[in-house]
Amino acid sequence: MAAKRKKKLGLKQRYSMLTRGLDWETSYQKMDDVFPYDNYEGIYIHDWEGWEDPFRLTMDAYWKFQSEKEKKLYAVIDSFAQNNGHLGITDARYVNAIKLFLTGVSPLEYQAARGFTHVGRQFRGVGPRVACQMQALDELRHVQTQVHSMSHYNKYFDGLHSAPHMHDNVWYLSVPKSFFDDARTAGPFEFLTSISFAFEYVLTNLLFVPFMSGAAFNGDMATVTFGFSAQSDEARHMTLGLEVIKFMLEQDERNVPIVQRWMDKWFWRGTRMLSLVAMMMDYMLPKRVMSWREAWDIYFTEAGGALFKDLERYGIKPPKYADIATKEAEHISHQAWHIFYNYTHAAAFHTWVPDKEELDWLSEKYPDTFDKYYRPRLEYLDKEEKAGRRFYNDTLPMLCQVCQIPMGFTDMDDPTTISFKVSEYKDDKYHTCSNGCKDIFDHEPMKYVQAWLPVHQIYQGNCGGSEMEDVLKWYKMNLGADNLDYNGSPDQKLWDEWQAHRTKV
Amino acid sequence: MSRIVSITLQTNDDSRPIIEAITKDNPDAVAKYYPGMVKIDCEGRLVVKQETVEEILGREWDVQELQLSIVSIAGNVDEEDEYFELSWNL
Amino acid sequence: MAVISIGEYEFEPLDKEENFHGNRLTYINWENHLLFCSPVCLPLPADMPFAALVGEVLGGVYAKHPDFEKIKWDEVTWRLDGKDFSPDMEKSLGENGLTHKSLLRFWTQGLHGIAGSNS
Repeated sequence: MAAKRKKKLGLKQRYSMLTRGLDWETSYQKMDDVFPYDNYEGIYIHDWEGWEDPFRLTMDAYWKFQSEKEKKLYAVIDSFAQNNGHLGITDARYVNAIKLFLTGVSPLEYQAARGFTHVGRQFRGVGPRVACQMQALDELRHVQTQVHSMSHYNKYFDGLHSAPHMHDNVWYLSVPKSFFDDARTAGPFEFLTSISFAFEYVLTNLLFVPFMSGAAFNGDMATVTFGFSAQSDEARHMTLGLEVIKFMLEQDERNVPIVQRWMDKWFWRGTRMLSLVAMMMDYMLPKRVMSWREAWDIYFTEAGGALFKDLERYGIKPPKYADIATKEAEHISHQAWHIFYNYTHAAAFHTWVPDKEELDWLSEKYPDTFDKYYRPRLEYLDKEEKAGRRFYNDTLPMLCQVCQIPMGFTDMDDPTTISFKVSEYKDDKYHTCSNGCKDIFDHEPMKYVQAWLPVHQIYQGNCGGSEMEDVLKWYKMNLGADNLDYNGSPDQKLWDEWQAHRTKV
Repeated sequence: MSRIVSITLQTNDDSRPIIEAITKDNPDAVAKYYPGMVKIDCEGRLVVKQETVEEILGREWDVQELQLSIVSIAGNVDEEDEYFELSWNL
Repeated sequence: MAVISIGEYEFEPLDKEENFHGNRLTYINWENHLLFCSPVCLPLPADMPFAALVGEVLGGVYAKHPDFEKIKWDEVTWRLDGKDFSPDMEKSLGENGLTHKSLLRFWTQGLHGIAGSNS
């Protein structure tokens, strides 16, 4: 190998040339007026220069690597579309996970772009400002590439036609939407704790890593490629999440209890939102990589354990209710799937009862709980469906005031009893699904009394009409195609025709 | 309690020499293969060395080319021209 | 605790009773019957007799369950907003103490759901 040309500056120096010395102390305006948002949350910062840039990607390197990633990704997307890649997936039921992804997750990438653009303006320290602006670019790239990749499925399958409208209006999509609305309406430090730390660092692996591996296992080349392409940016975002926490904790010990409370809150909100991913993994992948329980053990118990051990020296404890969340990993996917099974007539994707082999897999993965609590119910539902009496719940559900999920989660020490919590605020009752959600409400009731709860909005007459059909049309759902059981759906009919054709030739 | 640091890479042609280099430079590292990806765990600390990857690859390799195949990490990051390191404070 | 904010932070709750066109939101849960995944939410007039809730409304919600027709209503135990409760069937929901966003839970003795799984 030829002798290497040594670069004039080391990486640390190159990066500091990018992020430092470009701004100035204002003279005729007060700094507090120019940056009004970065100190009202009660976080004390004495030295913005104390910000360490952990991932040192300079602008030239950023464009170079991002464009290379895009070229690779678009070659795959193009080839997937050109070669009818959708024919190679394991089963059309799988596409329902993609529908949930496009309507529930991809719009969050856009919300993240908005959030990071906003806070990328609001920090008076240039280090975090540059990091946030670069992350905003990444997030915009994610929503674009995801829409491009999944648009191929929209040519053949139902439920993928109106993702932004659905995200803003449909009942179950208020779960992810309200999560991000809550984060974006907080101050910049809480936003970074919620999205960069609790979500990106602690929890996002559970969404993007095993699920994307599952996409690979199920022949979905387009999704695994955009997933891993996004995830390569995620590694940088994770380091931003960890850095912002360490920065706040190192600057002033008065920051510690505030940061702890934010971690508790956003860990809980994140685990609630991830119940959607739990059911995607346990129920919606025809070929499974690992169970939700196993993913939780690897990515929360093991990886999160090491992380919180590292933060112990600042006086930080693992998130409150982490023990409850770990117990929930045994139940949450089954309970979430059951909620959607109950209300699939009002959803833009299909549900079904897993076949016998899949039930056996669940029994094996959840030996202490599945046969006892969940299997008899699923077998009964299967019998009913086969007898032409597919069970749907005809009454709208009670929702949690904070996470907005139907109150289908049980007490984890008593999995046959729904968990009910209630708070009184200004002569009204506010119901929550767990102590985690109740604590969040009780700390800032004035924020959560404004929650746009889909069920209550329907009853107030704000969602297209009083009949279920009016509401679903207002959601822009194509009735009889987007909704109802997978069995008997146009998706199934089309898929079965393709399969029949394949065995003929 | 174990203090595992971890790096997850795609399993493709770009990442194979990196995986090989990591395994060589971190004898305690354990690689777990899943569809489309590999998760490499190591107690306490794990390093990706430019020199080793270049030896295997037979060409110059910029450590930041990791950007193209990285999927996830766990640990504090230290990155320089010559290496990419993950560690927990012990 | 008050919201920490950059300015005054005072908003109207979205779900005040007057927004529901003369009805009150009522949450109902049939315990140990998780075939219905969660409690339900219904807008009901305060002057509806409790007997109508039992005789008309609950059937519309739960009659699909094979246990429903086996319910002995005089043996049902009730809890209203976390307290033991004996409804007067002749009186209205309001007179029985139900208010906006009350939670009414009921237990049906001897019935344990699909294959005894509390579903």
